[in-house]
Amino acid sequence: MNFDPRYSNRSFSSVGTRPIRPDGVDKVTGRARYGADFNMAGQLVGRILRSPHAHAVIKKIDTSKAEKLAGVKAVITAKDLPDLTDGDAAMYDILDNCMARKKALYDGHAVAAVAAIDARTARQALKLIEVDYEVLPHVTDVDEAMKHHAPLINDAIFTEGLEEKPVKPSNVTKRTQYGHGDVHQGFAQADFVVERSFKTEQTHQGYIEPHACVASVNPDGTAELWVCTQGHFVYRQHCAQLLGMEASKLRVTSSEIGGGFGGKTHVWAEPVALALSRKAGRPVKLVMTREEVFRASGPTSATSIDVKIGAKKDGTITAAEATLRYSCGPYAGMWAEIGAMTAFACYKLENVKTVGYEVLVNRPKTAAYRAPSAPMAAFAVESAVDELAKEIGMDPVDFRIKNAAQEGTRASYGPVYGPIGIGPTLEAVKNHPHMKAPLGLNQGRGMACGFWFNFGGQTCTDLNIGMDGSVSLAVGTVDVGGSRASLSLVAAEELGIDYSHVKAIVADTSSLGYNDMTDGSRGTFSSSMATISAARNAIKVLRERAAQMWDIGVDDVAWEKGHAVAKGEKHGNLGKLSLKEIAAASGKTGGPIAGHSELVADGAGVSFATHICDIEVDPETGSTRVLRYTVVQDAGKAVHPTYVEGQYQGGAAQGIGWALNEEYIYGKDGRLQNPGFLDYRIPVCSDLPMIDTQILEIPNPNHPYGVRGVGETSIVPPLAAIANAVSNAVGVRMSHIPMSPPRILAALEAEREG
Amino acid sequence: MVEVTLWGSLGAAAGGQSKLDIEAKDIRELFRKLAEQYPALEPLIDRGIAVAIDGTIYRDTWSKELPEGAEIFLLPRLAGG
Repeated sequence: MNFDPRYSNRSFSSVGTRPIRPDGVDKVTGRARYGADFNMAGQLVGRILRSPHAHAVIKKIDTSKAEKLAGVKAVITAKDLPDLTDGDAAMYDILDNCMARKKALYDGHAVAAVAAIDARTARQALKLIEVDYEVLPHVTDVDEAMKHHAPLINDAIFTEGLEEKPVKPSNVTKRTQYGHGDVHQGFAQADFVVERSFKTEQTHQGYIEPHACVASVNPDGTAELWVCTQGHFVYRQHCAQLLGMEASKLRVTSSEIGGGFGGKTHVWAEPVALALSRKAGRPVKLVMTREEVFRASGPTSATSIDVKIGAKKDGTITAAEATLRYSCGPYAGMWAEIGAMTAFACYKLENVKTVGYEVLVNRPKTAAYRAPSAPMAAFAVESAVDELAKEIGMDPVDFRIKNAAQEGTRASYGPVYGPIGIGPTLEAVKNHPHMKAPLGLNQGRGMACGFWFNFGGQTCTDLNIGMDGSVSLAVGTVDVGGSRASLSLVAAEELGIDYSHVKAIVADTSSLGYNDMTDGSRGTFSSSMATISAARNAIKVLRERAAQMWDIGVDDVAWEKGHAVAKGEKHGNLGKLSLKEIAAASGKTGGPIAGHSELVADGAGVSFATHICDIEVDPETGSTRVLRYTVVQDAGKAVHPTYVEGQYQGGAAQGIGWALNEEYIYGKDGRLQNPGFLDYRIPVCSDLPMIDTQILEIPNPNHPYGVRGVGETSIVPPLAAIANAVSNAVGVRMSHIPMSPPRILAALEAEREG
Repeated sequence: MVEVTLWGSLGAAAGGQSKLDIEAKDIRELFRKLAEQYPALEPLIDRGIAVAIDGTIYRDTWSKELPEGAEIFLLPRLAGG
């Protein structure tokens, strides 16, 4: 990589403006094609049979009756998806999750699938498949699963990370620990100590678009997959590995995406669709129902967290400790570990210790959910921080400012911070008019901070200049939040042309080099870096062509505001050559003009946000209403400020739903009771106030424009900010998310009864 | 020579050490020498390790240089959403 990603201070013409996104009209008119909007000639309908049991041995599956049903073209079980993972434990878990092999591990686990000529026939066929289950005891609660008598989900799991190697299997797959200093000594120095326990229930990302794909395997072994995903290159890798194909033989095209938030970062049903197509010899369309999305895609962890924080009378925190237990579904994960890393990342701490436990339960496989694991840890820590400020008698913002991490602080997860933005977000909140607005009866205000790492990753981009001077930009990161607009702005900025002359697309896997998926807030950060690099490579070619046209040396040609300019007095009589003029002559000066870039966009830089929430609680019903909400977050540089604000508002909106209403509810039978948006209540427009935003721009030193990722951090503070607001409104510390009306009433009643 | 700090479970694979002195000019050389000196680390390196250099996290850039005196911290490779 010969690209210098370092930040340089500069002025901008296009970056920072707010043009309409190129995909906007198609999305509001219904023309945009999502996962389920694609069809192929002769396609079949795929349907999946799912376990009704939370935990059961699959003794036998008889598909013979289904196979004989007229119109059924293929029936598959785990036998049709043999284990080709070659010892890759993470991929084996994905395979087993796509199609159960020996045991059904949760209500909704796939056990068989059919492809038929229509949906009715496919549904009939599912009913004809006979599965002989031996039902086993199950466990769905994270704390219950840790107890020694809990039903064992996988008897091959022995807890990693313990000082002594365990002799018995356990539902706890791993213990991890972070921190520095001596917390016992730190607590001994404290004048005040707060110790609290918290729980958060499992939530789903709640993306509006269900998982959907069309798979077509050709007789020669090549295949195509049209799919809704956050990373079509990653889906290609997964599917190729699980089906024993060469990656280059599988062409994956990403559809528009109606939300992912981490839930579409690995395959769920796509290998099943490909296996059905391979067996049937026809294309297969597979679309999950909403019920299937809830039961069998990847929600976030349920958690149980203990926090202890001590401080001196002057407000200096002397020690902080947390134990975090996160559910992983039935497969090993590192969700508690991420919680342990992020829990105290906002603070400057001499003595800190966090311990994480990854816990198997009979629930769907946990997946990433926007800054995965950080919101729950922040809820627990920021609630305790508020309590401690109250005990000391300090303003909660001042208390946080006094203890905020800064450049040179050793982060609670290990390294020393470079330039970071937690302090400026807190100062901005302290001075925000929202903090001074009056509150009425039964109303409370809360604020909280949040941290997320942000990532970069492998990125490849093509920039092609047409003979009319217009520019095609092909990127490989799926556009989840307006990145095609942002990346077009970046290309326009570098080339010195108008935004309207740039058209960005998300290229398929056969048209562009590998790209990591759009996760870790990396889409605009990484692809803007690659776009800058590609544009600069194209400018090099443009200068060479202009030099040819002028018959002068290329070193005498500069690029300024969309034009080649001949430098020096000896070329003073040469006028400028526009990009359009150079492009028009390209057929005679060496052919097409393009810039290409492949790089690893590392150095994304950590991200911080602080949120303020006003809420009103009806003490008779426990119902809540968010009155006002403000997000303050560092963007490094907002390429398209409207879409940065959209990310801030979206995170806050999701967080409001998570904090107040959303939860997976399991019955005693281990079955999910509320797999639909009627009973799993996400916020709708009428539930939300206008969410105010304030963008701070503290440049990231590792990006040419100073860009930081912005997609995830905005969901980290809401649970805590809202919990602090509700607690302040009702005068009772709320320690269990979601703070649904029954839970608030129960807390008030418990307080009254002492 | 750079001093490398290992997070908990990585330290266990390096014989219980949390800090190591390694002669390495870039991330590639660091990983290679860690695997040579502590074979138990190799599968963990293969599974994915991030390297924080003076607080900035690098996940994939083998060629990233390790400046003399820089703080080098090895972390698990994390998932994003």
